[in-house]
Amino acid sequence: MNTGGKPGTVPYTVPIGPVHPALKEPVMFTFKMNGEVVESVDFAPGQTHRGIEWMGMRRNPVQIVHLTDRICGICGVSHSLAFARAVEQIMGIDVPARADYVRTIVAELERIQSHLLWAGVAVHELGFDSLFYLAWRVREESMDVIEYITGNRVNYGIVQIGGVRRDITEEQYPRIKRCLTYYRDLQDKLFHLFMNDASIRMRCRDHGVLSREEAIKLCVVGPTARASGVKMDVRVDYPYSAYGDMEIEPVMPDAILGETRGDVYDRIVVRLVEIGQSVEIIQQCLDHMPDGPVMWESKYPKLLSACKKAAGEAVGRHEAPRGEVLHYVRMDGQEAPATWKVKGSSYSNLISWPVMLKGEQIADIPIIVASIDPCLSCTDRVAVIRGGRREVMTKEELTRLSIEKTRRLKG
Amino acid sequence: MTVQILRPEEIVERFRGAFGENVLEAIVKERKEGARKNPATNIWIRLKQEYLKPGIQTLIEISFPHLSVIAGSDLGEEVELVYIFSLYYGVRHGEYMVSIAVRLPKSDLRIPTISDLIPGAVFTEREKQEMLGVEVVGIPDPRRLFLPEDFPEGVYPWRKDETGIPDSMIKNLWQVKRPKERAAPPVEAKEKKGGVQE
Repeated sequence: MNTGGKPGTVPYTVPIGPVHPALKEPVMFTFKMNGEVVESVDFAPGQTHRGIEWMGMRRNPVQIVHLTDRICGICGVSHSLAFARAVEQIMGIDVPARADYVRTIVAELERIQSHLLWAGVAVHELGFDSLFYLAWRVREESMDVIEYITGNRVNYGIVQIGGVRRDITEEQYPRIKRCLTYYRDLQDKLFHLFMNDASIRMRCRDHGVLSREEAIKLCVVGPTARASGVKMDVRVDYPYSAYGDMEIEPVMPDAILGETRGDVYDRIVVRLVEIGQSVEIIQQCLDHMPDGPVMWESKYPKLLSACKKAAGEAVGRHEAPRGEVLHYVRMDGQEAPATWKVKGSSYSNLISWPVMLKGEQIADIPIIVASIDPCLSCTDRVAVIRGGRREVMTKEELTRLSIEKTRRLKG
Repeated sequence: MTVQILRPEEIVERFRGAFGENVLEAIVKERKEGARKNPATNIWIRLKQEYLKPGIQTLIEISFPHLSVIAGSDLGEEVELVYIFSLYYGVRHGEYMVSIAVRLPKSDLRIPTISDLIPGAVFTEREKQEMLGVEVVGIPDPRRLFLPEDFPEGVYPWRKDETGIPDSMIKNLWQVKRPKERAAPPVEAKEKKGGVQE
């Protein structure tokens, strides 16, 4: 990797990344540093591009649905839902209303677990590990309910072309409702712990700012866009699945805090409030669950032959926990789709990093990078080049810098 | 932000009025899901290649759109690029998916960059360059995005002609045998029954 710049000259070049075997989506950062301050940022994603679209273009839609489950370990249902919706539109079939509701319930449970996971990671980056343990412990409740509904904790395998593979039966409602009560009771406590903490406020307020204009121009999505004041939520703007039936509004920071600053703090607020919103959506779904089947066609040979006849193009969209997921599919009457383009939410959000990081300190890198909830954690291995000498910093080292900054601020 | 919200048909009219015959195709589709069957609107527009930028300019004049992604297909003689936007976001149930497609002949795979109009487009334009072999003229950052640095030049994974991924680059998992240098598995291999292959 060309790090640019002569050794020993200002700005220093600090490469961070690219690969750690424990991470899903490694990325290579190159920071130009002037002392402690970031002057400019460049990054190269795709360190482990899997060519999953290429693989998909050689498989039939029913096989691809299971491939989409495995695109991301956290967005387990988002990709399969977006893909299935695209194929359903090409085939011109209607998904039974009950299946739409099951899809929505699972998608919202996924949002709860994803946001809690993120909240834990964020405070861990700040060195607030007791809150990290709490966030991850309460996350288990949603994971348990997801497992209860779908049979799996991670690769849910619930969505199928034309519906869902498992129904949610009446007997299962009480367990799901217990989970909702659990999160309702927790909500105030969590909000208080995150938002009224002096060190979180010091480290996050006015750091990693992305203005509204920049957010619109850079086409960011999801909580990152909403925290910058862009009112954008596919669930509200563009009715699909059961979301068209729900009474929901996009979560905006100015409605909660009275102002929008577009900083890391706003991103935390948006995600925390969205956990509560998801709880209410699941409640609405359970209250208005329509009766009927959950598959358009339960016999797989019939489903496959219908897929094979389909021709045309369509776009399937879904508001994943991190923002809009979009699948473009073109089919031409063959077994495999002619084109399959996957646009994950981080695909749109990564581009905002250089703007957010500019002018920030090296110790703020972990929390700002984490603040868009990227499908990766970049800061696992850092090499600092100073005067031609290469010092390799570990992920722990960088996190330690961040923790020390918190300590310093607390005095 | 927006003064007046146009109906889908009016957006198509706006394009037809501005570009006339150069609008090759314009379809409005609705998709109804859920119990209440609220409609979601999709607008598919196909323009002649040279009208891509004026087309996007027209869209920006209606309301600044959100560019989701540029999708691309190899159609044999041509490569199609589909610019997928969402328009009027922030209005409850009021967003339209708008796609503007252009087709480029394989003899001249060049398209102007739209990153001067929408800076966020650079990412997806870089991807189209490496995946489809399209040259985005004027792109501010022409480097590769997802493909590794040692990926051969002139191979474009999404192409379906001779520039696509050659068979020699494909590794089929089922063909990969257990590595010899690895320690023996902890469990004894089962006795092979007659007739079972290998």
